[in-house]
Amino acid sequence: MTDHAIRVSSHRGDSKVSPIYDPRVRSIFFQILTAVIVVLAVWSISNNVATNLARANIASGYGFLSGRSGFDIGFAMISYSSDSTYGRAILVGLLNTLLIAVTGIITATIIGFIIGIGRLSKNWLIAKLCTVYVEVFRNIPPLLVIFFWYSGVLSSLPQVRDSLELPLGMFLNNRGLAFPKPVWGETAWVIPIALLIGIVASVVVASWAKRRQMRTGEQFHTIWVSIGLIVGIPVLAFLAAGAPLTFDFPVAGRFNLSGGSVIAPEFVALYLALSFYTASFIAEIIRAGIRGVAKGQSEAAFALGLQPSTTTRLVVVPQAMRIIIPPLTSQYLNLTKNSSLGVAIGFPELVSTGGTTMNQTGQAVEIISIWLIVYLTISIATSLFMNWFNARMALVER
Amino acid sequence: MADTSVSFVRREMLDAKPAPTASGNLFGWVHKNLLATPKDIVLTVLAIAILVMIVPPAANWLFFQASWLGSDRSVCSTLVQGGIQPDGWKGACWAFVQDRFVQFMFGRYPLDERWRPILVTIMFIALLTPLLIPKVPRKGLNALLLFIVFPIVAFFLLHGGFGLRVVETPLWGGLMVTLILSFVGIAVSFPLGTLLALGRRSKMPVIKTLCVTFIEVIRGVPLITVLFMANVMLPLFLPTGWTIDNFLRALVAVALFASAYMAEVIRGGLQAIPKGQSEGAESLGLSYWQKMRLIILPQAIKLVIPGIVNTFIGLFKDTSLVSIIGMFDLLNIIRLNFIDTTWITPVTPITGLIFAGFIYWLFCFSMSRYSAFMERHLDTAHQR
Repeated sequence: MTDHAIRVSSHRGDSKVSPIYDPRVRSIFFQILTAVIVVLAVWSISNNVATNLARANIASGYGFLSGRSGFDIGFAMISYSSDSTYGRAILVGLLNTLLIAVTGIITATIIGFIIGIGRLSKNWLIAKLCTVYVEVFRNIPPLLVIFFWYSGVLSSLPQVRDSLELPLGMFLNNRGLAFPKPVWGETAWVIPIALLIGIVASVVVASWAKRRQMRTGEQFHTIWVSIGLIVGIPVLAFLAAGAPLTFDFPVAGRFNLSGGSVIAPEFVALYLALSFYTASFIAEIIRAGIRGVAKGQSEAAFALGLQPSTTTRLVVVPQAMRIIIPPLTSQYLNLTKNSSLGVAIGFPELVSTGGTTMNQTGQAVEIISIWLIVYLTISIATSLFMNWFNARMALVER
Repeated sequence: MADTSVSFVRREMLDAKPAPTASGNLFGWVHKNLLATPKDIVLTVLAIAILVMIVPPAANWLFFQASWLGSDRSVCSTLVQGGIQPDGWKGACWAFVQDRFVQFMFGRYPLDERWRPILVTIMFIALLTPLLIPKVPRKGLNALLLFIVFPIVAFFLLHGGFGLRVVETPLWGGLMVTLILSFVGIAVSFPLGTLLALGRRSKMPVIKTLCVTFIEVIRGVPLITVLFMANVMLPLFLPTGWTIDNFLRALVAVALFASAYMAEVIRGGLQAIPKGQSEGAESLGLSYWQKMRLIILPQAIKLVIPGIVNTFIGLFKDTSLVSIIGMFDLLNIIRLNFIDTTWITPVTPITGLIFAGFIYWLFCFSMSRYSAFMERHLDTAHQR
């Protein structure tokens, strides 16, 4: 039967149908055509770029990265001055991008969870308040929210001379929030080690508790013991090492504050705006995830005699997580990409420091390639991690 | 089972329970929705506290204390700042918005040529409204007029030519630019995104690789880098001596960026269509394009309307980023006025930003409401 059918079709292909109508021939033809067009376009573009660069007297290559930058950066996590290289300026920008991304993601997740669960609340007032929050923030451009915090709220704070004095030795003015800088003493190295011991100990306790519960059915207060171990051991180590911590307090001088650390208003504006904006999307994802768990699941759990809190923890949340994680990841990536909006208010993140470098050196192609590589690496790394995580969380079916 | 002893069997009837409090009246509603449990009472008190803290001062600032009429900064600044308001006054400066409203709409478009953008707006509304109302017939002709004929007419009306005075794009600005960018972005990204989605699902490896690379690279980087790329690299790509308009660069960047996102949304719809539909179409003898146009795409697009509208909303919000490459869209033209000495007061920036936020919100919120309406309207086959 099969042989016959193949023979018939191949016979027809040989005699009647011209190769123009053969899908395989057509497919190969179109692909070659596309490839030729693409190669020609790339060749002509790179030719034009080379000509244009030669006319503008710009040498291509990444050699400029080791040149002296000559510009200052207001907010750097590693030591940087105008004598540092362009490469270091871009590294400072990259670290600031990552800082904004990490702090923003944590805050946005917390706010998003609260608002998302609030929208599902049976309390009418809370549900409506959370709905208003979501509908306001997700329908406004993030750039506008950044400007709102930056030129609307933060710049109306008092001048340095009239700084607001906050508790714990902090000062608030239009140059940012000054707070006491912790200075660690000689023996402070024991604290991270103690923290590590605490984490290892709590992992051991948790696995022991799980095995015991499997064997005997007895439950153990793993969470409280773990918190006690992870917090308690470092605190004990801190006290045992003779409390090696002093604070460098900011002091109000005549024109400026001296000492302490300062969080720049650009950082605060970008951080608040991205957190509030992304939180509105995360809230919707959380809500959709929890509503996506069938009602029968929690009813069945109640029928088995589980408490409401246990039902939420063991039945609803694990299933909701499966729905929540993929879109949540893309929101995290969006927040990371939106951190590039810092360029609008002069926060020195990757696009901002790269842009300054580009203006000074004219190395447009190289700078843009650095941007693309960095952002694509972040995206791909996150996707790979999330695919792995998703595969672990995925429903195991027969 | 038989040897299980029953330890308790109720012998007498229970008393009737009291009627539930939530029985339709206002009191019952309040009890059920606000004060059902002690936790709810605490939350309600907390929510009322937040409202009391936010709403009266906000209303006071926005409306009761606000300064509504005036022609310069004096109506919005206190005596110390050189104005007429009493010391300690704080309120919105709507006089500023009213004074500069026309500029916020059209930018620096010449005064005696303003009838042109207004005419374009009227044409746009006249063509868009029937397209949005499901009952109005002749959707095909309507779409053809809106997406093919209207852009050409609008371009010559706005830019000039055929006897009209030429108005260069640097003079364009305000809401007009925001709307043009969004409209072109939507009109280009929808067909281009569909093609990219089909290419990504194609069996030809060369075309598939090209589409996947384009989509993933564009989706992996922020819009600002794409805008910078269009702004800095497009001129480098062209042969020496060719120039390309700044506005056109932004248009290209926004349209390509939106296409990549649109492609992923439409791909989601294509994946949800069962294979039988495709096989059925093929067995009827339809060609690839006939199959896509008549069978697959109508079903796929209907499935993903919410995602498409979300992409449009994202595109509309993203147009605000062109201010970073120096174009005067709605957001940037408002910010430009913050440093204008006629209106420089402490409350001008925040008033302008709230106004801009309201305009953006109005457009995005209407789009999302319309999408919800369309979703219900088209949801015929999948009702359970």
